[in-house]
Amino acid sequence: MKNKDIRMQAKGLNVSYGDKQALFDVNLEIAKNKVTALIGPSGCGKSTFLRCLNRMNDVVDSCKIDGIVQLDGFNIYKKKVDVVLLRQKIGMVFQKPNPFPKSIYENVAYGPKIHGLTNSREELDKLVKKSLNRAGLWEEVKDRLEDPGTSLSGGQQQRLCIARAIAVTPEVILMDEPCSALDPIATKIIEELIDDLKKKFTIVIITHSMQQAARVSDYTAFFHLGKIIESGETKQMFSNPRLKRTQDYIAGKFG
Amino acid sequence: MIKRTTKIAMKRAKKKKNPFKFKLGSSKKNQVHLARRHARERRFRVFGFSAIAASMIFLLVFFASIIADGYSAFTQAQLRIVVTFDQSLVEKGNYRKILQNSLKQQFPEAKGRKQRFMLYKLVSKGGVNSLRKLVDNNPQIIGETDQVWLPASSLIDMYVKGKTNNEVDESKRKIKDLQIKWLEELQANNSVRSVFNTAFFTNGDSREPEQAGILGSIMGSIFSIVVCMLISMSIGIGAAVYLEEFAPKNKLTDLIEVNINNLAAVPSIIFGLLALAIYLNFFGMPRSSSLVGGFALAMLVLPTIVIASRNALAAVPPSIRFAATALGATKVQVTLHHTIPYALPGILTGTILGVARALGETAPLLMIGMVAFVADVPTGILDPATSLPTQIYLWADSPELGFVEKTSACIIILLLILGIVNGTAAYIRKKFQYDW
Repeated sequence: MKNKDIRMQAKGLNVSYGDKQALFDVNLEIAKNKVTALIGPSGCGKSTFLRCLNRMNDVVDSCKIDGIVQLDGFNIYKKKVDVVLLRQKIGMVFQKPNPFPKSIYENVAYGPKIHGLTNSREELDKLVKKSLNRAGLWEEVKDRLEDPGTSLSGGQQQRLCIARAIAVTPEVILMDEPCSALDPIATKIIEELIDDLKKKFTIVIITHSMQQAARVSDYTAFFHLGKIIESGETKQMFSNPRLKRTQDYIAGKFG
Repeated sequence: MIKRTTKIAMKRAKKKKNPFKFKLGSSKKNQVHLARRHARERRFRVFGFSAIAASMIFLLVFFASIIADGYSAFTQAQLRIVVTFDQSLVEKGNYRKILQNSLKQQFPEAKGRKQRFMLYKLVSKGGVNSLRKLVDNNPQIIGETDQVWLPASSLIDMYVKGKTNNEVDESKRKIKDLQIKWLEELQANNSVRSVFNTAFFTNGDSREPEQAGILGSIMGSIFSIVVCMLISMSIGIGAAVYLEEFAPKNKLTDLIEVNINNLAAVPSIIFGLLALAIYLNFFGMPRSSSLVGGFALAMLVLPTIVIASRNALAAVPPSIRFAATALGATKVQVTLHHTIPYALPGILTGTILGVARALGETAPLLMIGMVAFVADVPTGILDPATSLPTQIYLWADSPELGFVEKTSACIIILLLILGIVNGTAAYIRKKFQYDW
């Protein structure tokens, strides 16, 4: 991968919760405007890795992080980095849809409001519309923006969460199993959305579904027991993995 | 050998028709086992139902007895007396004499000091004030003679309401035969009536049961509850938010947490003693005032509010906090924009229930002197006051027969207020609580 194509990069990342080490010397490059899938069995450290990318692990008291994570070549674990600004640049979508129990409009407008991204109500309205549009939700909710976000269906809620994340104009979007709580149809819509979003954003997605990883991602990293076993282009990894363990996992022999 | 219960269970099992074509649980052992499981379920239900029934019966008896005792306090007997407003006496302001003269005129057969004294006792001492008010509002009445409805004394009031025991010998009862005779004369003239007892809601405490009212204690309760809410809500919610959202999880916070829970279990009288020692003896705040009462009650409900608020905050799912954090909200923004607003219905419910407890609390107020005889209705938090529960305590202790119904009436009012407060809490919980 050429240097200019790399948006984020982890170098020698070690993470431990108390006495238990979760990540061992992880190195990974995340390509610009591509989808990188993190796969691996439960408890292998892929969620931990994802949370290191926008410093959500800071919230956990017992978490100790050692190593370097770069965004556009800049170490985000440097002392003078403002996590608030960092999280504006790196958005996140969670496993279970978690809209705020406020109106649909407020859900999307909250991020721009706290960051002061817009100067007037009209600008904010435009931004909300743009974000909902990009998340493919505008047509479904344009007549009921004042309804609570929690009144939407599961798939719509998850798209609302995506709209909320892209409303603050991030560069990277982290997705932690965004489809695991959704039915196949809603999953398909989100997958198409991801395909569309990568034109503008860099996406890192955790998934337990091999098919999903194969469908949506350009690059894949296989985690096991806190280490990256293999990483590379998805096509190559799924058709011709270098290691036996990767092949076994992809084929569903363990996991 | 088969146990007796097993035999019964088997009998029941045979009685039950099997709706299925196939044989379900065909073996005898299976059938018995199933029958016993059903029997256990039935027993459990009967047990639960009887527990509910028993508590409902207790509650009903309690309400019935209080209402039966207290409802009569909401009416008051009045006597129609022909009063002559003598000009010289009005000018002197001696309305007592006017009343006494009028009574003497109406019942000339009352001879001697003793009998006259008995006669004067027909009308409440508050009747004097009624006459004064009448003249103040209507000065042209001076010099005239008019029929005036005056409140009966508690003695007569009780007799009219049938609360006195008239079977016993005259020497053993307060109301004398002569007074009964006069009253019957008045009744024959249609000069006795029963009206709504407004004095009960507009007066402060009094030594005379017929003049005693609850306005003073209601105002005292309101003032002390307002003080209590201001202090306990601000401190309690603040403490809860800090402990739940910001405090590091270490031994010190554990210790604080354990002690808050302990504090909730401290008997209320101890808070009264503490308030006495700190606020009255050390800071020298005014005794019997609603201010100190509010402070004492605030200490009492503080742990309740802290615990309720913490539970409400903890009920906000972490995923909401993560969502806001991941959008780049600071810790304070997450707390102020999300956690607290979503927890607010729960916090308010807990606070209102805590305040309801404070409203019915007596012991701490006894220690700081909010149990004194206070005739004036308090107008501020520094005035001496009583509260509704201490007023009940005071009246329940009074020997006069007239206070028995006042006590029950005061309990009815207190229960009504508590019912409204708790109803509000239930409404807020139902209407605004988020279902996660």
